[in-house]
Amino acid sequence: MILLLQGRMDSTTAASILRDLDPLVKKQAPPSLTLDLSKVTYLDDFGALVLAQLRDRVSETQGRFSIENASENIHDLLAVLHFETFRTKPSLHKKPTPGVFVRLGEAALVHVSELKYMVSFAGSVLLALIYTGFHPRTLRAGDTLSYMEKTGVDALPIVGLISFLLGLIIAFMSSVQLQQFGANIYVASLVGLAMTRELGPIMTAIIVAGRSGSAFAAEIGTMKVSEEVDALFTMGFDPTRFLVIPKLLATLVVVPLLTLFSDLFAMLGGLLVGVGMLDLTASAYVTQTMTTLEPFDVFWGVLKSAVFALLIAWIGCFRGFRVAGGAAGVGQGTTSAVVSSIFLIVLTDSVFSVILRYWG
Amino acid sequence: MDQERPIIQVKDLVAKFGDMTILDRVSFEVYRGEIFVVLGESGCGKSTLMKHLVGLIRPYDGEIVIDGDELSSADSGTFQKVLRKIGVLYQSSALFGSMTLAQNVALPIQEYTRLRPDSINTLVRMKLNLVNLGGYGEFLPSELSGGMKKRAGLARAMALNPKILFFDEPSAGLDPVTSAGLDHLIIHLNETLGTTVVIVTHELQSIFAVAHRVVMLDRRTRGIIAEGDPKFLRDHSQNPFVRRFFNRKADENTLGEERSK
Repeated sequence: MILLLQGRMDSTTAASILRDLDPLVKKQAPPSLTLDLSKVTYLDDFGALVLAQLRDRVSETQGRFSIENASENIHDLLAVLHFETFRTKPSLHKKPTPGVFVRLGEAALVHVSELKYMVSFAGSVLLALIYTGFHPRTLRAGDTLSYMEKTGVDALPIVGLISFLLGLIIAFMSSVQLQQFGANIYVASLVGLAMTRELGPIMTAIIVAGRSGSAFAAEIGTMKVSEEVDALFTMGFDPTRFLVIPKLLATLVVVPLLTLFSDLFAMLGGLLVGVGMLDLTASAYVTQTMTTLEPFDVFWGVLKSAVFALLIAWIGCFRGFRVAGGAAGVGQGTTSAVVSSIFLIVLTDSVFSVILRYWG
Repeated sequence: MDQERPIIQVKDLVAKFGDMTILDRVSFEVYRGEIFVVLGESGCGKSTLMKHLVGLIRPYDGEIVIDGDELSSADSGTFQKVLRKIGVLYQSSALFGSMTLAQNVALPIQEYTRLRPDSINTLVRMKLNLVNLGGYGEFLPSELSGGMKKRAGLARAMALNPKILFFDEPSAGLDPVTSAGLDHLIIHLNETLGTTVVIVTHELQSIFAVAHRVVMLDRRTRGIIAEGDPKFLRDHSQNPFVRRFFNRKADENTLGEERSK
């Protein structure tokens, strides 16, 4: 069988040529196929694809394949593409996929080494903190203040709003139950206690992790990618002291403060429900809150939030320093900073609950 | 050039990433006051070598001596002392994005000298003038072109007048005119301040313009395949691969050679 092709064989025509010729060759199954390319004015690698697929089709039925009257240009191109030895079917040398145990082992090793880095990073942060304690002048005070503003002041509206709504919700939900017993006044106790002991610290920490933990990771990650961390190092600065300590101290100061604000706004929300729906007077609500809450409750909440603050800054910075690659790496680091700090916050909170249960 | 007392000595340096050996027993010396170029094809370990020289990566094996101090056995005090002697211009300039140019240049000066703030300001302006960036002190790095960023990075690298300046691909991403300007600046600094310059690059024109001496790394042997004057190597090297590199010829099995047959 001899086929005379003419015109251009390029990206616009290759598909239609194949659609016409491939079924034809398949049906006829000729013992030999010769393509006469004398009328082909242009052939690029899309055209070569057509030739290769037709050759494969013929060889399925042990037919012979040949090309005739190809121009010098076409010969050159086919030579560059290694057309003679090229097969459209991928070779059988597939990269072996490791078995499930190998992959499990690899994943375990990766996690162990990550844990090792985490611990050593915690150590270097601790050393930097001690150094800063002994040499307070080395603290980058301007940076610390600006992080306090970004992490604390700027977060106040959203923390306030969410806590207010949360207080509203708790009061509303609990009033439905408590009203049946005529115990409306305990709404105040419930909101106050739940917020100061548990929800205030956790909610605030989660918001700060989402706002600032991610920002820390993205900032340090981008600096890592653009060699700025290397530059700091070769300029003789300790990257941990320069980048982590201001963030850590700022977070440590503002998160407990934010938590106190969060408690306050939640009680305001509860007060609104109490006064508006439950016929309580404002002063009765406040008095009930005051008698229920002990200083220890507030202290406990603030203590927890300080620990959460350390976790957020530590994980955020750690993920930043572990960023490798380019923009995608920064995104990954940021995501993982938020996810792991929220996980660690909840985990630590449960540890605190256990501690309180047995030593409280 | 003082050949008697080398300022950098690298002895049998071995660099590894995991199980992969990047550099295998590399040894060379850089003399005081010379412009020294490390070159080689992509992926031969040039950048890795430079990261070792500036202390960013600890050697797997071997020694790196910078101005008399051995890097890998140095305690943190000695290490800091060595870092004071070097300045690095990174490929991406690595200026701190949140600081103005003046703040970037002032940062090491504030850290390591006891100059008063107004003296530092004046010094920073002088440094920026030196790289033709006078008047740009209050600009943020993001407001500058690539060439200006490179020069600003150079001003910061030179902030404390280091004995050795390292350049990582200085002409990458620059147009020929800007790139030639940077070459002039490098020669000027080398001649006026006597700074030893170590450049990692594969920009041939820039190599012929500035280099006193080169070493060429090879990806296959993971070591040095040529050392000496670049013009001599171009014309007289025994190794055909070295001659091809300096004459900018393609490898035999790539398209260009195939066509010319």
